[in-house]
Amino acid sequence: MKIALLGNPNTGKSSVFNLLTGLRQQVGNFPGVTVDKRSGFIQVDKVQHELIDFPGTYSIYPRSKEESVVYDVLSNPSHPQHPDQIIFVADASNLHRNLLFFSQVYDLGIPCVLVLNMWDLAQRKGIEISIDALTTFFPGAPIVQTNARVGLGKERIIAALANLSNRAVDQPTFSDAYHFCAFEDVEGQKKEAEERLRKIKQSLTHVIQTKAPTEENTSRKIDRILVHPFWGYVIFALVLMTIFQFIFTFANAPMNWIDQLFSSLSAWSANLIQPGMVNDLIAQGIIPGIGGVVVFVPQIAMLFFFISILEESGYLSRVVFIMDRLMRPFGLNGKSVVPLMSSVACAIPGIMATRTISNWKERLITILVAPFMSCSARIPVYTLLISLVIPKYDVLGFINLQGLVLFGLYSLGIIFALLVSFLLKLFIQQKEKGFLLLELPDYKNPRWGNVFINVLEKVKIFILDAGKIILAISILLWFLASFGPDMDGAAHELSKTQTYQSMTEQEQSKAMDACKLSHSYIGILGKGMEPIITPLGYDWKIGISLITSFAAREVFVGSLATIYAVQDDSDDQALLIDRMKSEVKADGTPVFTLASGVSLMVFYVFAMQCMATLAVVKRETNTWKWPLIQLVFMGVLAYFSSWITFIMLS
Amino acid sequence: MVSTLDHIALRQVVEIISVDQSPISSKLTEMGLVSGQFITTLFKAPFGDPIAIELNGSVLSLRLEEAQFIEVKA
Repeated sequence: MKIALLGNPNTGKSSVFNLLTGLRQQVGNFPGVTVDKRSGFIQVDKVQHELIDFPGTYSIYPRSKEESVVYDVLSNPSHPQHPDQIIFVADASNLHRNLLFFSQVYDLGIPCVLVLNMWDLAQRKGIEISIDALTTFFPGAPIVQTNARVGLGKERIIAALANLSNRAVDQPTFSDAYHFCAFEDVEGQKKEAEERLRKIKQSLTHVIQTKAPTEENTSRKIDRILVHPFWGYVIFALVLMTIFQFIFTFANAPMNWIDQLFSSLSAWSANLIQPGMVNDLIAQGIIPGIGGVVVFVPQIAMLFFFISILEESGYLSRVVFIMDRLMRPFGLNGKSVVPLMSSVACAIPGIMATRTISNWKERLITILVAPFMSCSARIPVYTLLISLVIPKYDVLGFINLQGLVLFGLYSLGIIFALLVSFLLKLFIQQKEKGFLLLELPDYKNPRWGNVFINVLEKVKIFILDAGKIILAISILLWFLASFGPDMDGAAHELSKTQTYQSMTEQEQSKAMDACKLSHSYIGILGKGMEPIITPLGYDWKIGISLITSFAAREVFVGSLATIYAVQDDSDDQALLIDRMKSEVKADGTPVFTLASGVSLMVFYVFAMQCMATLAVVKRETNTWKWPLIQLVFMGVLAYFSSWITFIMLS
Repeated sequence: MVSTLDHIALRQVVEIISVDQSPISSKLTEMGLVSGQFITTLFKAPFGDPIAIELNGSVLSLRLEEAQFIEVKA
């Protein structure tokens, strides 16, 4: 049997879901929309039933494409997700609004349980609810009180479900105000809502008695500071800085452990099996590929730890409230701020965090511009190139020019993120009108169980959904870098040369690696694209590194080190920098000049050089259309900006 | 005095007279903004937009362009 979990937003619906299903949850998408469909199993009378969590909505009529799944499923009895029973979660402290949607659900005639959650909050607000009186208006639905945040009420809900099947379903409806206005019939929906609300108001005079609240509403007091015209922004900036610092500082160590773990795994497996194609595939293709997926987990987990806290506590709604006016001109949402700022650490958790944005257009724009924010993987590229072509020179006597350039690169990314948002706003068409109408729930202490489950869910989604795409692309890149039509011949030729034979063993292996890479398919591609990238000031060796760094931007540095046959030492890049400085073109002029170096930096600001981001965009938009559009427009923008930069500085 | 909600000063209690026809009128109604309902204007976002109001004990925020559809009297 299928049981649907329905209710308004901010009613503790997900707490109820977690309470009922525990850790046995699955996440996927509802067909056709990118709304998380969480499902799990509950046992009623020794029988397993599937519980499906629907997005929180205020009525059966959708506000957006994403919410339409509720309408589609409930209005169509032959829909595969159409429920046999419903658990409706209502906020006991705000029955006026919650009963509107409940009365619509009740009148569908599907057997349902009404869960009055946050019972303690209602009592503290001085609201006394007579369940007996409420039952007279909804005789077909058992009513259960819970306080899911502290884990109270599971048995009561299960017991109510067990008795539900015995109840008569053909009870009179609460209101005969509908059935099912069309999507576009705004006036009809409005009339229905008015009629229902009138009846609910009338009914609730018999149900609710309001006494003086037992404690003063602290949320109003907190809001005086958190949405303050000045302090509101200061506090939000501090919150963002804290999240950032935390991710930057504490994600590094586990990421290094994962790197080391996978390189020892790959060395270990290389010794385990006979040398050859299969060995190479496992040790150099698959294991590093999996490592390349797992390495993102610390950042994702940490970001969602914080976002869950912000969301659970009610603060995220305030962020939207104070940022709405600033972000609106760019076609973004107040909620876009957290994903965009997170993208400065890494675009992947940032893009995954856009799920909190309910308007599809605003969410899509946020996803599309997030990779413009300079992520931490660009830092190795920037620092290498800056120390190569930007002189150590103090501007006005105290500002370091190298630091200034780095700041400029970050600013360039942010400016273009906003600029492109503004353009996308004009180009992406959407029928539904964006509106705010946002509830600001009372502040609550976050429930750690919910935070934990949310973090786990995001990590799982990333590894299972985006991970396979990343793995496939990294194996492809490995193949292209390890094989070539005449690689062995070139290697043989090299081994016969006199210079090679006079080298030390270490130098020989580096020279061999360089030779193999330049004769691999990627090497051939790099040489083939040289005419295209010459106007930007690059040669084929840079071309090769551009292709390999599609795996991840920081690979650019290691790849150059391989091609130039120097030791790649992340602590001391003096060797690599010296080698790059001495690199000359056919006509004897240096390859890395101010013009070509800055052009290359600009290229990395704009180009979508990250397969993992593309995989996540595919997962979050549920189509290849948007990641491909993103790849092309960012590539074109990168190409022309670098070209202009090169011409201007030459 | 009759006015629209976007013109009401903070910390005022007003009664809704009507919700004008607009693409979002059904959504405003669903949030409890119906004629006869009393609401309190609570606070504004830093640039004066959006605003936050209280009704039936909960807080709702809406943009000024949304508030202008709501006719109220003090």
